[in-house]
Amino acid sequence: MRKQQILNKEIESFDFQSGGEASSNLKNILRKLGVSAQIVRKTAIVTYELEMNVVIHSLGGEITALISEDELEIRVDDDGPGIADLDKAFTAGYSTASDEIREMGFGAGMGLVNVKRYADQIDVKSSLGEGTHVKVIIKLSS
Amino acid sequence: MTVKELVDLFNLEIVAGPNLEKEIDGVYIGDLLSNVMARAEKDNLWLTVQGHQNVVAVALLVELSAVILVEDFEYEENSVQRACQKGVNLLKTKKKSYDLACKFCESEI
Repeated sequence: MRKQQILNKEIESFDFQSGGEASSNLKNILRKLGVSAQIVRKTAIVTYELEMNVVIHSLGGEITALISEDELEIRVDDDGPGIADLDKAFTAGYSTASDEIREMGFGAGMGLVNVKRYADQIDVKSSLGEGTHVKVIIKLSS
Repeated sequence: MTVKELVDLFNLEIVAGPNLEKEIDGVYIGDLLSNVMARAEKDNLWLTVQGHQNVVAVALLVELSAVILVEDFEYEENSVQRACQKGVNLLKTKKKSYDLACKFCESEI
């Protein structure tokens, strides 16, 4: 089914000031499109986690959202350094974040776990030295 | 109860108050942002020790009624600016989360 792009935003590494803005923008767009509060909330959780992963762990990247009649597709692509062990990255409590990041309330090892919990489908492609590419599908009808 | 009424009742300090007429519904206590994103609910008060600017992003996304920084922790200056721009209420208190929550409980918040 044909999808329409509704958001494309660059995310800069360690930009905590703008961190969360792409998620906030997407939330407002979905609300204007009349998407239900429950789906908007799921989407906000998923995009916030993925957005902050790019801010905290990557060299920078971008987030794109596409919508069709029955689903929302969120793509998050970053420029590296990549995830060494994807299985571990999906394990609750596992994190590679620094102490400084943990003191800010990140790095609890719940990011991708939350994404998986609230997304209807998730596909992550990553290897060390290359970027990480995440594609998430959220169904619009619950 | 509105945020303004809460501030008066519990003697809280307003650090940024762009939206004080907002209604309060429930309380969430936590310092891990992923948990707050996933567990806190719309119009909750959020009691935390985190005062950095991403707290405002979380409060905005979850649509919290106010952030209450406990134990006399300080907000970062850019958190306050961002909160005023985005309409997020930032409060603070010298009390511990537990003590404040007990008082909220007595008032059936």
